[in-house]
Amino acid sequence: MSEKTPGPNELAKIEYNPPKKDWMNPEVSFRKGTFNYSAIPKSVEYLGLPYARKWQPTDKDWNLPANWKEILLNGLKERLDKFRSLRIFMDICVRCGACADKCHFFIGSGDPKNMPILRAELLRSVYRNDFTRAGKILGRLAGARELTVDVVKEWFFYFYQCTECRRCSVFCPYGIDTAEITIIVRELLNLIGCGIDWITTPAANCFRTGNHLGIQPHGFKDSVDFAVDDLEENTGVRVEASINRKGAEILFVVPSADYFGDPHYFGFLGYMALFHEIGLDYTFSAFASEGGNFGLFHSHEMMKRLNAKIYAEAKRLGVKWIIGGECGHMWRVLHQYMDTMNGPADFLEAPVSPITGTKFENASSTKMVHIAEFTADLIKNGKLKLDPKRNDHWKVTFHDSCNPARAMGLIEEPRYILRNVCNHFYEMPENTIKEQTFCCGSGSGLGTDENLEMRLRGGLPRANAVKYVHEKHDVNLLTCICAIDKATLPPLLEYWVPGVAVAGVHELVGNALVMKGENERVVDLRGQSIVKKEAIDHV
Amino acid sequence: MKIIYSLIGVLALILIVALGVGTADLQYLFGVIIPVLAALVFGVGIIYRVIKWARSPVPFHIPTTCGQQKSLPWIKSATLENPQGRWGVIARMALEIFLFRSLFRNTRVELRDGPRLAYGTTKYLWLGGLLFHWSFLIILLRHFRFFVEPVPFFVLFIQRIDGFFQVGVPILYVTDIFILLALSYLFFRRIVSPKIRYISLIADYFALLLISAIVISGILMRYFWKVDLIAAKELVLSIFSFHPVVPEGIGLLFYIHLFLVSCLLVYFPMSKLMHMGGVFLSPTRNLSNGSRARRHVNPWNPPVKVHTYEEWEDEFHDLIKGAGLPLDKE
Ligand code: SF4
Ligand code: SF4
Repeated sequence: MSEKTPGPNELAKIEYNPPKKDWMNPEVSFRKGTFNYSAIPKSVEYLGLPYARKWQPTDKDWNLPANWKEILLNGLKERLDKFRSLRIFMDICVRCGACADKCHFFIGSGDPKNMPILRAELLRSVYRNDFTRAGKILGRLAGARELTVDVVKEWFFYFYQCTECRRCSVFCPYGIDTAEITIIVRELLNLIGCGIDWITTPAANCFRTGNHLGIQPHGFKDSVDFAVDDLEENTGVRVEASINRKGAEILFVVPSADYFGDPHYFGFLGYMALFHEIGLDYTFSAFASEGGNFGLFHSHEMMKRLNAKIYAEAKRLGVKWIIGGECGHMWRVLHQYMDTMNGPADFLEAPVSPITGTKFENASSTKMVHIAEFTADLIKNGKLKLDPKRNDHWKVTFHDSCNPARAMGLIEEPRYILRNVCNHFYEMPENTIKEQTFCCGSGSGLGTDENLEMRLRGGLPRANAVKYVHEKHDVNLLTCICAIDKATLPPLLEYWVPGVAVAGVHELVGNALVMKGENERVVDLRGQSIVKKEAIDHV
Repeated sequence: MKIIYSLIGVLALILIVALGVGTADLQYLFGVIIPVLAALVFGVGIIYRVIKWARSPVPFHIPTTCGQQKSLPWIKSATLENPQGRWGVIARMALEIFLFRSLFRNTRVELRDGPRLAYGTTKYLWLGGLLFHWSFLIILLRHFRFFVEPVPFFVLFIQRIDGFFQVGVPILYVTDIFILLALSYLFFRRIVSPKIRYISLIADYFALLLISAIVISGILMRYFWKVDLIAAKELVLSIFSFHPVVPEGIGLLFYIHLFLVSCLLVYFPMSKLMHMGGVFLSPTRNLSNGSRARRHVNPWNPPVKVHTYEEWEDEFHDLIKGAGLPLDKE
């Protein structure tokens, strides 16, 4: 943590009352810790995107293309004609304010332009000015304002300060989804080369190597080999894992952090232990080595470009269907976009669990099943031998990741699994879970070091709810099913509520799973002792 | 300032009609021509707006889900909050439109020492909104007694219920009270709450003030400065039979009321009041959550540049081989 980040007490001094002056005058200061660096030219060029150049948001002159305004307005016009969502959301907001205090960035910063309604008005005011008669005639009186360079800067600041979490949309009487507006404004900004690096570079990596981290085929192979070894060391069981194997029944796609990140990796071990134990005929792919999709944070087009490899690889390998690992935004794409963008997947079969015979009818068109659905079905059918005591060193709570909660409704499956694999499970307060869940504050490509203060602010509501169960029930583990969560919640919790670790649900599955031929487990998948603390004290 | 602007706007409208009818004797203009034109603008405007919305397609399947999905048969799914099929969507929309389901969820954040965030439920906005919209609808339906002869049974029925308390002569309608209360609440929250005040535009105050002026002029007409309602009805019916005649001496207040309503009709299609129509078309609410079970088709799904497996294998050929992974081309 950089020494400049203020401490929790100072950061939590938040003023919710807006300032006196009108919001219509664009004004941003790119203060250290509250914004993301621009995309490096190399990545922009690799993806074939326009206006690659060296610049930073703190520069006075952003070196925009000469006709930037024309590009933006034409881009907006085009999108108004392509997205009913955008047109409706531009037209029908009544400014009731129901969404105002629902955004974690507003709650954590008090900046009025982080109220979803005002975030949207940043675009809506321009829409009124150039696309509505009232705005053209009455101008400011009608809430219209001209698109200026300062407005562009403001867009950059605030639309890269929205994690596309959709919490505001739950509370809006018309379902106005600021995430949708953010997606579109980011598309516009990318038209004039104003993207951020933490989105563009992973997208470029992903396009080239198949995954955001830029791991090449041999690196992928190494990670899987390591995992096999680690698993053997912890459990005594040597599992099989294949990569790019044609003719497997199932293709398994995970977010790349799962095989490289900490604590993701322990969940990865969990998957592998589980699949081995049930004898699943599956393969990884070093080409489709990323289920996550930073294209979602860039543009609809980029999302489609990065997503295409999943079906392509399923087809090439001749699998029957696909399972997807634990990742939030990845599942937004898989659930709501993939089939439309890159389907129909008529070369695959409707998913049927080879172990239980369950037909996953809810996935009969995309042919892709969430691992939590798959595992919950295994447990329900009594196919797993589980020893939840092995997770007794954890007091567990569950964080609903935004996308599975608000773009799928995957709520009970992970909870059902958790209740079967651990003995101490506690829910956070009702207004902070399920469809009302709070974002980690770092989603949608904003999880950078340079943006740390904003992330800590945006993560305050989530961390604060964790603190509640930490104090009340001694909770020491926050579980989740999202790769971005696993990467960004640990520093968040360390800041706001030290003493709570983060884990994927399948890490706990792997701990509890009783495997044929295993040694007596003395450590969990992290290699931590699971022998009761008292017992150790007595030694 | 914004409030003053919109107040001036509404007062100016009243002044226009007061001068027009009171001094210049333009009864025909304000009693017939303007209302008819306004009704036309209203009708055409709404159709234009809705067509404009409808012409933009819904490329992606993006419902906001607010409950458990339908996945495994033994997990109870939230049919209303996360609908699977058409009926679920209809029910979800009905809840939204008739009962303001989402507003009912409203909470208020509070930051206490610690720091400790608390989220209390708050139902005022829901209640205020619901009271306003339902009262408005009922009052509108009651007005059918001026538009049709004989008065339809449902209008009589509504009137009976609305006047249930039988207070005073003429009988006091509860919706008149409710709508005044609701409008005051909606207006004053925009002034009192710093956040709401910050986000409010002139248009927000204007719509509330205009509707308030209509309601108040209506109430004054009914309970205080009575106008000749028989004559007023004659006027309205004559317009509907395409032989407009303006009866003498209806009273200025009636013209004010009618003109303000005309203004509302004209204003409606070009304003946020179109939320009435838009809510039906909102893709986060009116789609079922079946996007993995049924393919949603995007009418403009263009081909994009992708990185194919062949290109990938070509680039990493030696590394793939070195790692002992299978290759398509040896
Ligand atoms: S809740 Fe919806 S209608 Fe109300 S201010 Fe927010 S976006 Fe606008
Ligand atoms: S989508 Fe989430 S981050 Fe974006 S404005 Fe809405 S609540 Fe805030």
